Amino acid sequence: MSEFFAMGGYGFYVWGSYGVAALCIFLEVFFLNRRIDE
Amino acid sequence: MTSDLYRFAAPQAFFPVAGKLIPWFATLAGLLAAAGLYVAFFVAPTDATQGEAYRIIFIHVPAAWMSMFLYVVMACWAGVGLALNTRLSGMMASAIAPTGALFTFIALWSGALWGRPTWGTYWVWDARLTSELVLLFLYFGFIALKGAIPDPVRSDRAGAILALVGVVNVPIIYFSVQWWNTLHQGSSINLTRAPSMAATMLLGMLLMALAAWMYSIATTLARLRAIILERERDAEWVRLQRSAA
Repeated sequence: MSEFFAMGGYGFYVWGSYGVAALCIFLEVFFLNRRIDE
Repeated sequence: MTSDLYRFAAPQAFFPVAGKLIPWFATLAGLLAAAGLYVAFFVAPTDATQGEAYRIIFIHVPAAWMSMFLYVVMACWAGVGLALNTRLSGMMASAIAPTGALFTFIALWSGALWGRPTWGTYWVWDARLTSELVLLFLYFGFIALKGAIPDPVRSDRAGAILALVGVVNVPIIYFSVQWWNTLHQGSSINLTRAPSMAATMLLGMLLMALAAWMYSIATTLARLRAIILERERDAEWVRLQRSAA
């Protein structure tokens, strides 16, 4: 399991990419929902 | 048939249709992304030269494709609005811009994090990277310009001209790796020759790209509904809609 997260030593780069992408998508959906509710 | 389609060019007619479509596209986006991530992390083999770092490709390439494609679609809608004075077209362009900017940012960010382990640097002023950064600024400029003009008709018109001028940047991004000596590699997928990657890698990328499409459609439609309500807030049908909600 920890081997999976280590990504062969590239964990920072791989998860940094997917993490920030997921955060961006989360924020877009969150603000979009808020805009629709207003 | 065509008269039926034209009917949906009116914001009032399109509003409920968009509302019904959003959950479908959102669900498809979720399912495709889940399948794509599964293939990306559990099925696709480790790359012979790049090790696990290459797995960034599954977010980077679909985001980069989407960033360019959405700009072209946005410019088309803006152009249609400019030529035919259809109200919904300008709104559609406005609805696409933030999602386009989002994918441009994701492409740049994941590219930087991919560049560091493979090229030894987060950023270079390479033709591909620079033109993609220009794309991000074009999206920001479009959003800022439209936001700065309160009158919707003038705002749509000014935005459309910016979007149409900026569309010249898209082929520059796409062909930059052929026109200049770039650090960025050429395209791995080409319509005229066999892809230079394992079939499972290609499958993961295509699933993620389809997920990005579905996500973009869902968010664009949702934002379009918000824009319609904001612009038509004094119209009778919007007031009825609000009192019913």
